[in-house]
Amino acid sequence: MIELQNVAYNYGGGELLSDISLKLAPGSFHFLTGPSGAGKSTFLKLCYMELMATSGRVQVFGRDVATMGRDEIARNRQRIGVVHQDCRFLDHLPIAANVALPLRVSGRDTSAEEANLKDLLSWVGLEDRADALPAELSGGEKQRAALARAVIMSPDVVLADEPTGNVDWEMSKRLMSLLVELNKMGKTIMIATHDLNLIRTAKSQVNARVLRISNRQLQLAGADL
Amino acid sequence: MKLDASELIALLKGDAQADKVVPPSGYTATLTLFTSAAMAFLAVFALALSLATGRLADRWASELARSSTVRISAPAGQMDAQTRAALEVLRTTSGVASAKALSQEEQRKLLEPWFGPDLPIENLPVPQLIEVIEDSSGYDSDGLRLRLSAEAPGAVLDDHTRWRKPLIKAADRLRFLGLLSILLIALATGAMITLAANAALSANAQVISVLRLVGAHDAYIARAFVRRFTLRALSGALIGVVAGMVAVAFLPSASETGGFLTGLGFQGWHWLLPFVIPPLAALVAFRATRTAALRRLKELT
Ligand SMILES: Nc1ncnc2c1ncn2[C@@H]1O[C@H](COP(=O)(O)OP(=O)(O)OP(=O)(O)O)[C@@H](O)[C@H]1O
Ligand SMILES: [Mg+2]
Repeated sequence: MIELQNVAYNYGGGELLSDISLKLAPGSFHFLTGPSGAGKSTFLKLCYMELMATSGRVQVFGRDVATMGRDEIARNRQRIGVVHQDCRFLDHLPIAANVALPLRVSGRDTSAEEANLKDLLSWVGLEDRADALPAELSGGEKQRAALARAVIMSPDVVLADEPTGNVDWEMSKRLMSLLVELNKMGKTIMIATHDLNLIRTAKSQVNARVLRISNRQLQLAGADL
Repeated sequence: MKLDASELIALLKGDAQADKVVPPSGYTATLTLFTSAAMAFLAVFALALSLATGRLADRWASELARSSTVRISAPAGQMDAQTRAALEVLRTTSGVASAKALSQEEQRKLLEPWFGPDLPIENLPVPQLIEVIEDSSGYDSDGLRLRLSAEAPGAVLDDHTRWRKPLIKAADRLRFLGLLSILLIALATGAMITLAANAALSANAQVISVLRLVGAHDAYIARAFVRRFTLRALSGALIGVVAGMVAVAFLPSASETGGFLTGLGFQGWHWLLPFVIPPLAALVAFRATRTAALRRLKELT
């Protein structure tokens, strides 16, 4: 699905990530941890092609990102659902429209997916907030809406950056079980999180690997969890 | 260009949904509308000016192409001798392509409209006319007059259309300036729409990056902006053209002798020409906005 070979990234002030190699196999489940500022979000941005590696090679769906055209990047993004750490909504559109945005921009018939959208919103507990604007939502509500938007296209890969940072434990478990459910349907999942409890809970439901970024390197975390 | 055409069609078909993903852009909308209306208004006048000066130049030029004439009034006995002498002078004058004395038959034809067909021209002291055709360099009329007065005292050179020559040049220049103005108006419209589009793109930088992140193609994002600006330029120009045409239609009409002012306006099918301006404005807006949007998008991954 997504493969990194000796990838490095540098915002301009020295290398943040160096010599990172990883292969996300179809149907795999990964957690990504590491101290704040270690580069978790940066790593995910490399995976969904918001950032281009400063060296090394990133392949998405078998194609080298560096050689992809802009339209190909757009098409591939439609197959990757992303929960951004800062959610990234269109502030002038209500939540329902924001969640349906990937359908709309890919030219799908949103009215045909109406039922789907409703189910998804109630799954994340936002059926009553469908008409609210993003600014009117709490932090946790935003994250739930962001997760709904990430999965509405039924993507092959879901990348979630701190999807449970602002929600209570019950909701965290619920969101996690949604992601586990998607994984069982064959989707590839990667979640960046600080929440070790969440990782432990998930590990009991699914065969998850835990990756850790430290000292600019990506390591497989041991059995200490 | 081919891609442009399919884009243009997609744009005209419209996508109300795609429109909504970009928030309405308030005052840039009004400014664009106003600008293209004002520019179209000016373009109508520039067009009227070009057409009117063009007509004037053509009319004058065709009059110029006609020959000038030498008129010989002499006592009957000297007529032939003076005519021969004048013809000889003309033959040796540089700048004269040909000179030909009109036959009595031709002279009768010329006078017919005034005196009827039965004029006994042989018995009247009608002057002899010599038709003079210039070559492209033209002759020096003062020099020719001097020589004629020496060789054929009864000869009078009548070159009343020559003074218009510099005026034709001026009219041609005016026509050119009119067309140049139209071009400048088109470029200025493009520049202003580019500025407005860039303002709208900057104001919506967040929206654009979110759209790009959820998998929107460049064409989809560009279209939301291009459609707005194209439609605004089109409707603004339509308003401006109608206002301009009304203004031209109500210009007080000068008399025949009004010279340059005569017929500053449209004649016949030329009244349809200003309606080319709105589609042209729309095309300019389309290209300007699309270029600006795609350039902006290139800055994002
Ligand atoms: N656009 C940017 N330009 C320059 N530096 C940046 C930029 N984005 C992030 N950084 C820096 O890169 C480092 C890694 O940022 P990143 O967001 O990847 O960390 P993170 O692991 O996701 O942290 P957190 O757990 O707090 O979300 C940080 O030191 C940050 O300041
Ligand atoms: Mg982060």
